[in-house]
Amino acid sequence: MTARIQVQRDARPGEVIEVRILIQHPMETGFRYDALGRQTPRNVIYSFECRYGGVEVFRAEMGAGIAANPYLRFFMRAEKSSDIECRWIDQENVSGSVSARVTVTA
Amino acid sequence: MSASNKQGVRRRALTTLIVLLALPRRVLAQPNVNPAPGIDARMLNTPQGTLQSILQGAAMRRGRVRLELPPVADNGHSVPMVVRVDSPMSDMDYVRRIDLVSEKNPVPLVATFLLSPQTGRAEIESRVRLNGTQRVTAIAQLSDGSFWFDAADIVVNESACLDGG
Repeated sequence: MTARIQVQRDARPGEVIEVRILIQHPMETGFRYDALGRQTPRNVIYSFECRYGGVEVFRAEMGAGIAANPYLRFFMRAEKSSDIECRWIDQENVSGSVSARVTVTA
Repeated sequence: MSASNKQGVRRRALTTLIVLLALPRRVLAQPNVNPAPGIDARMLNTPQGTLQSILQGAAMRRGRVRLELPPVADNGHSVPMVVRVDSPMSDMDYVRRIDLVSEKNPVPLVATFLLSPQTGRAEIESRVRLNGTQRVTAIAQLSDGSFWFDAADIVVNESACLDGG
């Protein structure tokens, strides 16, 4: 799974930084039928979590109501230099992750 | 081959064709119960049930939450959505979770966002699928357990679910 993370690389201690994530995924709803009338099984990224310095700061539980190629923009408070790690898993048990380094300088 | 026999073959072919045409409709009529793990399928199918499972009997008040959706969307496949909660996001007072509930989607619970004081700011942007013109509700639970909500009306010209749900 291809994914892109965009985040401010340098921050001041305690600064709230913006994180933007775009994941390439069909987010198959399970409500679609192919030409033979067979149901396309639901396959969505149901769990997405973001850790900063090993601590979970944000989690999204998503359903078929999130558009294909899910985009998320959220915030986190940068206290010390650490990695932002985002992981997700879909209903076919395919998981993916992206990470980015944030350097905090006083 | 006699004329009556030919007619029989044709009739059989016609019957087969009708059965084939009728088949996808029957498949369509079947309820779709295939939720993500950990979600109760019985609660999924109505917005009221979803609200009940979020609130668990608690009351919710309008305010503090701001849900931004465009007033009109050409289609419901990818509608930009921003939800903001007025909160200091400190260790003592923060937003615990934000739920998005759709009135008309086959699965009313669009997404649940779980936040922590380290999130820093209670603002989330994403893109949602919407099955037609409806009201979308965002419910936020604060760290003191109280629920706040905001609702936004949106006109969707072309639904995200053209077949099935």
